[in-house]
Amino acid sequence: MATTRIVVPATAKKGQIIEIKTLVQHPMITGHGRDNVGKPIPRDIINAFVVTYGGEKVFRADLFPGVAANPFFAFSTIATVTGEIVFTWTDDQGVETVEKRQLTVI
Amino acid sequence: MTTKQHPLRPLTRRPVLAGLASLAALSGVRLAHAADSGPEQLARGIAEITKGATVLPGRVKLELPELAENGNSVSMTIVVESPQSAADHVRTIHVISEKNPIADVVKFHIGPRAGRARVQSSIRLADTQRVVALAEMSDGRFWSGEASVIVALAACIDAG
Repeated sequence: MATTRIVVPATAKKGQIIEIKTLVQHPMITGHGRDNVGKPIPRDIINAFVVTYGGEKVFRADLFPGVAANPFFAFSTIATVTGEIVFTWTDDQGVETVEKRQLTVI
Repeated sequence: MTTKQHPLRPLTRRPVLAGLASLAALSGVRLAHAADSGPEQLARGIAEITKGATVLPGRVKLELPELAENGNSVSMTIVVESPQSAADHVRTIHVISEKNPIADVVKFHIGPRAGRARVQSSIRLADTQRVVALAEMSDGRFWSGEASVIVALAACIDAG
């Protein structure tokens, strides 16, 4: 589990477009580098970021080594129903970081 | 019979040929590398995504700084003109680089539930280069936008 920062409003009006910002702590090792004895450093990046809202997928990003360390994303979704927004980051080791936020639609 | 070589003797044919051969080999390596990066990489990266579909310029605004002091983290905003309705929306936004070791940088899968086609992220740029954003629409068409970035300090692709 990596440290994350998520900005999402707690409440929104039905039909309102809300902006979501997320940051996850990860070195995003490209796999192109070598260590001080010339041994290649294996790639270790977050390769997928999925966001579901009320159980439905609303955003997905496929990441490559070209994404900066500590991947940041900002995107939007329409507030439809009161429900849970679930954020899942998966890295090359298969480690999943999951965070949840409740959105109340008024 | 055996001719003793004088240290300052002019170049003979054999070492010259050997030298030329190694030069050719070296330049061959250079050429192979050049073919992997640059406009060809960009064209190939786009072709792999579009699979031959035509790419229309416009509708996509790729915002990157003109000058990036540090290529390790360059903030990027992409806005696509789209009603983002069930009938007409952006499905995926692909970001392709001209000179990074890998052409693909990131892909954003959005849909009508996004409400608008606007995403932000931070990317790495290995060199001064062009970056292209391709918007794959629900009707299968592609729109594109691009930006050129001068990178002062390249992303350290050699370390980490």
